[in-house]
Amino acid sequence: MTARVGVITFPGTLDDRDTQRAVRIAGLEPVPLWHRDKDLKQVDAVVLPGGFSYGDYLRAGAISRFSPVMETVIEQAKGGMPVLGICNGFQVLTETHLLPGAMLRNNHLHFICREQKLRVENAGTAWTSDYEAGQEISIPLKNIDGRYVADEHTLDELEAEGRVAFRYLDGNPNGSLRDIAGITNAAGNVVGLMPHPEHAVEPLVGTGRTDGLGFFTSILKKLVNA
Amino acid sequence: MARVVVDVMLKPEILDPQGQAVQRALPRLGFEGIADVRQGKRFELEVEGPVDEAALARIHAMAETFLANTVIEDFTVKVDGEAQ
Repeated sequence: MTARVGVITFPGTLDDRDTQRAVRIAGLEPVPLWHRDKDLKQVDAVVLPGGFSYGDYLRAGAISRFSPVMETVIEQAKGGMPVLGICNGFQVLTETHLLPGAMLRNNHLHFICREQKLRVENAGTAWTSDYEAGQEISIPLKNIDGRYVADEHTLDELEAEGRVAFRYLDGNPNGSLRDIAGITNAAGNVVGLMPHPEHAVEPLVGTGRTDGLGFFTSILKKLVNA
Repeated sequence: MARVVVDVMLKPEILDPQGQAVQRALPRLGFEGIADVRQGKRFELEVEGPVDEAALARIHAMAETFLANTVIEDFTVKVDGEAQ
């Protein structure tokens, strides 16, 4: 049986179709989930895709955090279900406090859209096991609220526990503290990052690279071997 | 109906590039002497029924869980302009 990966659509989500496609290309079955669904339809993992959920009114990700689907996601994530938050999904994960810190407007105040080099710092999470620690990848980045912040104590704790999962290379695009592009929770099942792996899974589109595919093949291995 | 105001500000240690952009624009517009600007959010809540202690406690909880993200923001709750 193929593992099922839920992809949540909130009003304002943009990248749900690309994410479903990435899941399919990796050999998994994508299951569309709606923000009003409390039932996760027996999926084995969930991706919160990019976009501007609920228009990003109030703060990016703040309103989605209280949607019916997130009540169930929060509960199951705490129980160990793998959850990946990409861009707006990362913002939602910080608002839920499944991941520490918060996302703020880029330090230069501009929307940014470019190919971004990253270093995979932690290849031990549910979503990064197909990479190697220290591996450099290049995937698209596009956001205006991408500045990761947390207090010094939290940052030190993240560093000490190896929970900085990705760091920006060749320039920090948004003022994120300590060049943090993505983090994981202590258990390694919840991962969030600002750049978009789902836009780099096919050689013919996007950047022409497939550096993002590893996220989805990692979760495939994790779920099939589970 | 009574009005309750919730003011939300970024914590002092959090960089506020929007406030900085406003501050930098001021001299260009002829407004001198402003050393720093920080930008926040103001919510005006028209409250049904009496604004008693229970109502204020609910608004405080609302501000803490939703209107402000206390990881990065501080907030104050005021009734009719009077500090609570």
